[in-house]
Amino acid sequence: MTGLQIAFLAIAAVTLASAVLVVSSRKIMHAALWLVLALGGVAALFATLEASFFAAVQVMVYIGAIAILIIFSVMLTRRVMEDAGPQNTRYWPAALVVSLGVFGGIFFLLLQWPGFTIEARPVLEQGDFLVRFGQALVSPDEFVVPFEVASILLVAAMIGAIIIARDPSRK
Amino acid sequence: MIPLGWYLIFSALLFCVGLFGVLSRKNAIAILMGVELMLNAVNVNLLAFWRYLWASKVDGQVFVAIVLVAAAAEVVVGLGLIISAYRRRNTVVADEMDMLKG
Repeated sequence: MTGLQIAFLAIAAVTLASAVLVVSSRKIMHAALWLVLALGGVAALFATLEASFFAAVQVMVYIGAIAILIIFSVMLTRRVMEDAGPQNTRYWPAALVVSLGVFGGIFFLLLQWPGFTIEARPVLEQGDFLVRFGQALVSPDEFVVPFEVASILLVAAMIGAIIIARDPSRK
Repeated sequence: MIPLGWYLIFSALLFCVGLFGVLSRKNAIAILMGVELMLNAVNVNLLAFWRYLWASKVDGQVFVAIVLVAAAAEVVVGLGLIISAYRRRNTVVADEMDMLKG
């Protein structure tokens, strides 16, 4: 059991435990904070996958923006839902069965695949990966179209969210 | 070294935990948190495949970047909708928002 394997198992255990606490916490504020820990665990896993750019972006975007937004909206909508009542719907056992069934199906399919146990080959060309990534995002015969569409999506989401959440008493 | 299967099983487990959260929680914001867990599981899966099979190309990372952008945009709009609906109906329980007429 190498050090990297032990590190992976520890990070995966922490992430999965905090994810389970996200979906089963009685108080939603606690669930939002456990979500921060789960997202941090995923960022650590990105680092073990040598995707260092996405480890940093995950912390900045997911933890630093999305999780903060979720905590804001939890605070803005606190008054109505009592944190003492049942937080799950009446049919949560069926949801549990569905989730376990989906996981069982995925696991069964993965076992059929022969590449399941391949190991990581060391990456040969390491130099200026970020330069190639940036060039791929704006190069006309690579990925400029999805990049521009994603930018338009962000602008549309921003304008839409501002209009939707505007104070209705201001006309 | 870590076999690829460990990352795939981890992302499948994270996806199913998020799926349970979406299907079984009452609070609309809690449902959004489950969706975020699912999207993160997808990102882990994509980057695992990128690292183990196509580490010399950038395609996998562009895919992950687009997924991240789409997730961020979706959270913003979703939370705006939830807060706007909360202002009108004074509830965030997803079951109680069952009529379009406000």
